[in-house]
Amino acid sequence: MADADDDLDLNTLDDDELVEQVHDDLYNGLRNEVVEATNIFLERGWGPDKVLNDALVEGMRIVGVDFRDGILFVPEVLLAANAMKGGMEILRPLLAETGAEPIGKMVIGTVKGDIHDIGKNLVSMMMEGAGFEVIDIGINNPVEKYFDALAAHKPDILGMSALLTTTMPYMKVVIDTMKEKGIRDDFIVLVGGAPLNEEFGKAVGADAYCRDAAVAVETAKALIARRRAARAAA
Amino acid sequence: MTDSPDAASPAAPRTLLIACGALAHEIVALKTLHQWQHLDVQCLPAELHNRPEKIPAAVRAQIAAHRGQYQQMYAVYADCGTGGALDRVLEEEHVERIAGAHCYQFYAGSAAFARLQDDEPGTFYLTDFLLRHFERLVIRALGLDRHPELRDTYYGNYKRLVFLAQLPPTDETLAQARAAAERLGLALEVRHTGYGELESSLKAVAWHH
Repeated sequence: MADADDDLDLNTLDDDELVEQVHDDLYNGLRNEVVEATNIFLERGWGPDKVLNDALVEGMRIVGVDFRDGILFVPEVLLAANAMKGGMEILRPLLAETGAEPIGKMVIGTVKGDIHDIGKNLVSMMMEGAGFEVIDIGINNPVEKYFDALAAHKPDILGMSALLTTTMPYMKVVIDTMKEKGIRDDFIVLVGGAPLNEEFGKAVGADAYCRDAAVAVETAKALIARRRAARAAA
Repeated sequence: MTDSPDAASPAAPRTLLIACGALAHEIVALKTLHQWQHLDVQCLPAELHNRPEKIPAAVRAQIAAHRGQYQQMYAVYADCGTGGALDRVLEEEHVERIAGAHCYQFYAGSAAFARLQDDEPGTFYLTDFLLRHFERLVIRALGLDRHPELRDTYYGNYKRLVFLAQLPPTDETLAQARAAAERLGLALEVRHTGYGELESSLKAVAWHH
């Protein structure tokens, strides 16, 4: 209840209770509380990866499930994401210090003519939370900008998003150009956005269509593992 | 004076327009203007504007509910963010629709709309209907009434609000448009479009069916 939570001293909670409280606070978009809890975990000796996975990523997973089930809507998801970002801002430099290798690298951007980036930003955040290095090239990207980023960063994955029916066909332009240049098979291509579906993903030549950020993370992990196994076997 | 020679005839084939509720005023105005008594209108909630994934099933349900009652059915929906899903339903049901990606396009006219988008992809559009219901369908629907801090998350990449006015703008509607633009942090432009391709498309439906 709001009144009880307003008086709650997070320091009085044991680890399990604090994890549960962070999940609730993240669900409710309470950024300050999530930041406070993140710091408490670190003070208690938690590694930054454990805080990230057990508190933040798991909390957003719950948000994602309820969004998918129509219990939460876009405004609540945005507030929850904002709360998670607060925690990640503290953890990011600490995670970098651990020297842990990212599990993969992704370049992501929305296509030419499209300035909508909410979905892209959620995917970027969840991919980072899952241990990927993410290079976000922003919005309204013509094929040249995608290619510049692929050349500069040599990612495992190219992610493209679109919110408009009129802009989503541009994904085929990018993928066809990759084929022409002979680089299509060098990258895993994932596509997403509200008007897309699996049929569209196949039609434009993507490796997968991802309906939300959680699916994007799982798909990315699976396809990277499959690719590495295939390369090891070759 | 009627535009359609068959409009007053009791034998005129009846057509059902399955339309987005956001177009109701305009369709009724056009029916009255052109005396299209042989066109009936069934509207679906305008709220589907914010839930486009629900549009195909909703339209299909209306087609099923009225099958056999009309000689012709016509969907007054553009693609409306369904990503082709509405078109798949309409193809299966043998029902045509007004052309275009969304009502902004058919009000502005396809060529003019393409120019607007090319000039500035970060353009947010309001029609007469959306302006009237701005508080409900934009502000409350996006949670901006409770969380105004989300404004830039939604609109940070937009540069302008283009008010596509079907009726000649009045001092009142211009003031509302200015207030909406200010609320969203966008520059305002106003275009008086009239009924655009909505009128020409419905004329074609009224004349041929």
